[in-house]
Amino acid sequence: MSEEKLSILIVDDEEVVRDSLVHWFTEEGYDVDSSASAPDALSKLAGREFDLVIADIRMPGMDGIELLEKIRSEQLDTSVIVMTGYASVETAVRALKHGAFDYITKPFDPDDLSVVVRNALEQHRLKRENRMLRQQLTEEASLNELIGGSDAMRRVREQIETVAGVDSTVLIEGESGTGKELVARAIHRLSPRRYNPMVVVHCGALTETLIESELFGHEKGAFTGAQYRKKGKFEAAMGGTVFLDEIADISLKTQTDLLRVLQEREIVRVGGTQAIKVDFRVIAASNRNLAEIVKEGKFRSDLFYRLNVFTIHLPPLRERHGDIPLLATHFLDKYSTQMNRKFTGFDRAAMDMLIAHNWPGNVRELENIVERAVVVGHEPLIRAHDLALPRPAEGAEDLSLESVERRHIVRVLEDFGWNQTQAAKALGIDRVTLYHKIRRYGLKPPAKAARV
Amino acid sequence: MILVPVGEFPEWLLARLSRRTRIPLGPPRVDPAVAWNPGRGQYDSNRLLAELKAHYDGVVIGATACDLFIPVLTFVFGEAEMRGRAAIFSIHRLREEFYGLPENARLLESRALRELLHELGHLRGLAHCQDWSCIMSSAHSVERVDTRGDKFCHDCRLKLEAAGAAHGVPA
Repeated sequence: MSEEKLSILIVDDEEVVRDSLVHWFTEEGYDVDSSASAPDALSKLAGREFDLVIADIRMPGMDGIELLEKIRSEQLDTSVIVMTGYASVETAVRALKHGAFDYITKPFDPDDLSVVVRNALEQHRLKRENRMLRQQLTEEASLNELIGGSDAMRRVREQIETVAGVDSTVLIEGESGTGKELVARAIHRLSPRRYNPMVVVHCGALTETLIESELFGHEKGAFTGAQYRKKGKFEAAMGGTVFLDEIADISLKTQTDLLRVLQEREIVRVGGTQAIKVDFRVIAASNRNLAEIVKEGKFRSDLFYRLNVFTIHLPPLRERHGDIPLLATHFLDKYSTQMNRKFTGFDRAAMDMLIAHNWPGNVRELENIVERAVVVGHEPLIRAHDLALPRPAEGAEDLSLESVERRHIVRVLEDFGWNQTQAAKALGIDRVTLYHKIRRYGLKPPAKAARV
Repeated sequence: MILVPVGEFPEWLLARLSRRTRIPLGPPRVDPAVAWNPGRGQYDSNRLLAELKAHYDGVVIGATACDLFIPVLTFVFGEAEMRGRAAIFSIHRLREEFYGLPENARLLESRALRELLHELGHLRGLAHCQDWSCIMSSAHSVERVDTRGDKFCHDCRLKLEAAGAAHGVPA
């Protein structure tokens, strides 16, 4: 059993109830705190985590149900048990509907209270563990997606292994969709910080005020709408990794703040005065060449040098065409499994098309194209027309009746696995006519399905 | 530390408990009537702890036959100040007669001793123990009082020793 005590927050406006429950739960070996009102409880919950909240339903001002709603809407990670002075089914149902784990009627039988609390804490522990395991699974699956036999990808994997263990700042450069976050996750997973969280900040998506609060947290009342104290990502990382995606998009002011945090290893929450020590590793990513942005005067050179300790360059997919079959097959397997479909590979024409495409959206675009093909395609093979890609010769597409007929016949034949009797039936012509057309257009079934 | 009766308490049992724990007896000074709650037909355990502290200097453990409660619970077997100087336990719900069974003095003595030692552990700063056989494991029913052992487990004993509080606590 973990040595760390489970924590409980008692919320009741009656002092005698608070005192006796605090006393009782302290004896039971829990870490207990109490609040005389729902707003006070919320501010305590904003400051630290509690495994369980036990709140009275009837309180002046904000009642227990409203508190429960707030806890749910703020997505606070805690279980809630409500206490009621009256055994009313209606109240109990309301509480349960609003997400309470259970309710208990005052005065409690000590044995009942002990069982309800134990069950709530057990459920809370399981939820937390489940979330952590899911996260681990996602991260492990992500690592498997750093696929590619090309020299460029092999070098990337070597760089990840080299830098993971040394705790230095890493800068990942690469076009959108090349998998910068996957690389960051891989580094984190292989680093000694892997047992602590990796928190992601998409810098480009946030306004200047929001990014400050996101990174450094804020005190209650720091700005309009800041109703509760909130920890920033550097605090939330708790010894883990902070991944700053699209770092080139942050303002010069935030760059200055960030530089200070990287140097001092302490933060001050927005609206606060107290410096808080933080332990983290930074991995930053940019889809533009940061050195050039420094030259343009839009990025502080001192921050650039801080970040640019170890740089990993992710090649665009068009520079590693050789990896496309491997990646495409990986995504095909992934989505076939997810959607319970039985695709075994791509036919030759489809694979040729994938290899010929320029992939401006990189691996992410490839993944999306394959995912869509798994939805619309007919098992067992993905065919060229299942791929939502521009046709190779689209600019000069031959629209003559003959050419359209040829393409249509190929498509139907592929749909029926080159079974001429079935294809002829679908085309509304007899088998002999189809045979002549096949000869005339020189159509041939693929020699072998390409499962690359 | 002294052991004192709060209200009517069987003299033979008080003497046995004192002898077995080597805790000397003290004079009765607290009248439980002050803690009587007519609405619940029980005695407020918090109030009795306050009375014990007011009437005695030093560490005091009250032994009572009154049915004890704290406001949020239907009853308590006993209560103690963690690392404090007052504790109380009740034999009301430890008697077999409470459950409609024939009187059993031997069993009552065994249960009372466990409750006394349990509250003593709290006075010395011990919280409830996860080891079900330890005297400090939590018991909210008489069945659990009977299930748990009458000794401190190894870990709890070490904690008592570390706190310099093992002296006088029976092994």
